Formats: sequence, structure tokens, C-alpha cells
Amino acid sequence: MQRSLVLDPKKCTGCMQCEMACSLENEGYVVPARSRIRVFAFHDEGRYAPFTCTQCSEAWCLHACPVEAITIDASTGAKVVHDTVCVGCKVCTIACPFGTINYASNSGKVIKCDLCGGEPACAHACPTGAITYQDADQTGLDRMRRWAGESLSSATAQ
Amino acid sequence: MQHVIIGNGPAGVVAADTLRKADPQASIILLGDEPEPPYGRMAIPYLLEGNIDEAGTHLRRDADHFTRHDIELRQGRVTSVDTEASELTLDGGDSLGFDHLLIATGSRPNRPPIPGIDDPRVQTCWTLADARAIAQLADKDAEVVLLGAGFIGCIVLEALAARGVKLTVVEMADRMVARMLDANAGSMLGTWCEQHGVSVRTGVSVTGVDGSGERLDVSLDDGSSLPAQLLILAAGVRPNIDFLDGSGIETDNGILVDECLHTSKPGIFAAGDVAQGRDFSTGHRMVHAIQPVAADQGRCAAMNMAVHPTAYPGGLAMNVLSTLGLVSCSFGAWDGVDGGDSTQLLDRERFRYLNLQFAADRLVGATGIGLTEHVGALRGLIQSRQRLGPWKARLQRDPTRIMEALVGCSVQL
Repeated sequence: MQRSLVLDPKKCTGCMQCEMACSLENEGYVVPARSRIRVFAFHDEGRYAPFTCTQCSEAWCLHACPVEAITIDASTGAKVVHDTVCVGCKVCTIACPFGTINYASNSGKVIKCDLCGGEPACAHACPTGAITYQDADQTGLDRMRRWAGESLSSATAQ
Repeated sequence: MQHVIIGNGPAGVVAADTLRKADPQASIILLGDEPEPPYGRMAIPYLLEGNIDEAGTHLRRDADHFTRHDIELRQGRVTSVDTEASELTLDGGDSLGFDHLLIATGSRPNRPPIPGIDDPRVQTCWTLADARAIAQLADKDAEVVLLGAGFIGCIVLEALAARGVKLTVVEMADRMVARMLDANAGSMLGTWCEQHGVSVRTGVSVTGVDGSGERLDVSLDDGSSLPAQLLILAAGVRPNIDFLDGSGIETDNGILVDECLHTSKPGIFAAGDVAQGRDFSTGHRMVHAIQPVAADQGRCAAMNMAVHPTAYPGGLAMNVLSTLGLVSCSFGAWDGVDGGDSTQLLDRERFRYLNLQFAADRLVGATGIGLTEHVGALRGLIQSRQRLGPWKARLQRDPTRIMEALVGCSVQL
């Protein structure tokens, strides 16, 4: 059973431990600006919302890549960027309608969530259960994906 | 069922892969007219910069990819299409029949009618062969003139600068990348280039090239001239449709296609730079010569060829460009719409700019300079036609909150 990250803004306290854990895991040091998961503050609503790649089946980033630098990890379903192949053209960053693949000027490559190979550091670090890693069919991601499917394109049916 | 795809660029290759999944039993033939494995022109600047080798430009990493998926690669140029007989003629005289045809022949660079332009030191930058020729001539400290500061010119500009050439850019329009960036962004990009050692001459045209001396002498319409070891032409591209003359397939600037990427002839589709399909923002049929649209259209056309009816909602204009380290991007109706309004954040000194264009409470276009975080959210907000509600006022106060707007509009807070 493939699992996905389940993000629940109602449980998020904005402690940012996910961002710290993600950057430590993926960059080797704590630098939230390079975290693949980001916590957004909604002061008007009094909420925080963690947000990252939904590993959507449309895979806009993957299809837009001109050099096949993004592939699907067969075990996790994650869309993974291969640094040695990525040329840094950034086409994926404009193709992804969720804004969850970003160009990192320090490396000249793009970065996105790869589910840490099946053990996401953000979920491990989250103290309140706002980020969990669960069986895919139990997640609320379907809503996001439906939103993507309905609102963007039917050109992706495969 | 025999599917034939003319053109092995991104649209053609994505279509072939999609067809293989959607129609496992079909025969698929992918025609290309260059003596190379399918590659991405998008990657050429990075090849010139020395970041990758030629294999790094290939659209599929695995050399056996096409064999493994039973996709037949063939080299040949199509000279005519007989839509009644469902048959192609190739340049050697061979013919090739098809049940369904995809025309993904892309575009080719314009060669402006300038005297002296046929000198071998005048190069376009379009194919791998072009890249090899440029690499021979663009040595460190070589004087290079780049004609055209459009999207392609600016991408090539970065690669040339990285090679250490002495570069002058000559652009007819009043600013850089006039078809992608608004006046603020275009002028900021020009300033940035000047500050980084590239001479930018806007509002000038090249009138002639004299190749009689050791160096080229490139004359301009303001009376001045520039010496050059290499002149690179980046004066736009146009769709490869000439071979369709007499075929009855309707063309305008490109091949006219409907929402299923079907041409005016049954069983014949078009995708990528050559297709003129519905534009998301205006509803008019336009050519979008950009990678994401090529990939989307390749997939959509293939689904329809495999008789899985699939509509393409229209190509959204979008571009991202890095010029000497400054990232610029634009989306949709970046120059605004009638009756719309806009908001912007402009910091010329720090090269930061974000302009948002609205129609009522929907985002319809955007331009950014120095923006690299969550850029795709702009596409998401525009293409989903998301009603912004309270987020419009918040974006008017702080345009950088695009990602919060996207998240706030799409998840239950």
C-alpha cells in the first residue's frame, strides 16, 4: 500500500519543526528556507498550514522536464528530482500549479519533496500530528487532486 | 493501428510514450530529421555552458527506451502529406502509410534577410549541430554579437557569458524580451545585463554583415558597427508547415487545431510549436512555442489518437528565464485585460518585481523578476480561474503572498 503525507492545518501550531527537519534531512543543515515542506501563516484566520508536493498523478513537473530529470520512485510513488540530470532550466517550477517545486540558486537545481524515500522527516518531527504519513486511500489529498483535475486540465488523463 | 508521429522533439516523444501506454498493441513510428537521438533544445544552453554533455540533452536517458517500448525511430524528412490516401512522402522518395498522424514538426529559427548573413560565422542556436558550431567559435574573450534579445536570445546569452565571451546584444524592440516581459521587467533585465558586463543595444537593427576581413563587421542602422568573431541569430522562430502546402490541412501562423488537437483533416493531429490552438487567456487560436504546452499537447493529442477523447483547455502562455543569474517569469495575460486592474511590488535596486493582473476577483496574468519561490502557484491560480475572494485585497497589499492565496483558496483551514 502506497502512503502519502496527510496535512491537517487544524492541528498545526506553526512550530516549524517540519521545516527544520526537512532541511536537515535533505540539505544536511537546518535552513528552513530550503525546506521542501513549508508552513504558511494565515493571521486573518488564526491558522497555520503546512504544505508540500501532493505527488499528484498529473505530475506536471515530470512531464514538463525536457531532460527526464524527474522520475517516479516505484516504492513510494514520489516524483523525484535527479540532481545529476537536472540542468536547472526551471520549466517544472512554472508547470507545477501547486508551486511546490522550487529553484535553488545555491545548487542551480530544483528541489521538491521526495517523501524522504518513504520515511518523511517532517512527519517524524511533527509534534501534533498535523503531518502524518498514511495509507494513500485514507488521506484527504483526494480533495486537492480533484481540485487540480477539475480546475486545470483534462489533458492529463492517462 | 499504425500511428505515425512527425517530429521527435518534446511533443513527439511525449506523444509516443503516451500512445504506447494508451494503445499497447499499436504500431508507433517516430520520425525525426536530425541525425541525433531525440533531444531537447531547452537543454542546449546548458551544453554550451559546459554543465552537461550531449547525452544530457537527450529526452530519454535510457538509450534503449524506444526499443524497449516498441517505438520505431526513423530518420527522414517528410516532403508531403496525402490526406486522402493517408500517406506521407519522405525525402528519399519512400512513402509511409498511417491510420493516425501527429504533426509535431516544431519550429525553425528565422533568418532575417540581411546582406552577408550566409557567412559560416553567422549561426543560429537551435540544433545540436548549431551548438557544436558555436562552441568552436565562442572561445573565451571572443567578440560575439547576439542579434535578438527575445526568450531564446536571453537563454543563449547566459551560456555565452559563462564561456567568457565579450558580448553585445542587439535588439530591434525598445526592451529585452518584449514578448514575455512588461516594460518594468524588460528594462530591469537590461540594466542587470549591463551591470554584468554585457552590452545591450535596444531599438537598433543589424543592416549588414561584412565577412571579408578576419573578423565580421556587423553594421547597425544607427550608423555604427561592431566587430565580431561570431554573430548569433536569435530573431524568433516560425512553425515548420511548408511541407503541408497542397495537403488541404488548414494553417494560419501554425496548423489550426481544435480542442482535441485535431487538424481540419480526419485522423490528423498537431501538437507543440507547430500547432495553433486555443489560447487559455484570450480564447483565440495562437501558437505557443513553449515546452510545457508542447508536453501537454503531445499527451492530449496521443490520447485522442488512441481514441480516448480528451480535450485540451487551451495553452497558457508561460515562460521562465534565467539571464546571468536573474530569474524572470511571466504568465497568461501579463499585460492585462480590458477592464482589469493590477497591483505590483517594484524594487529596481534589488531587482525584485512582481506584477499581478486581475479580471474582477480572478488572477489572469503575472510578471516576476527575482522570484524563485512557489512560482507555479501563479499558474495554479490563473489556470484554475480561482475566485480569490478576500485574497484579492490581501494580494493587493502584498503581491508576494501568492502561495498563501493558493493554499488558502484550496485547503480547509
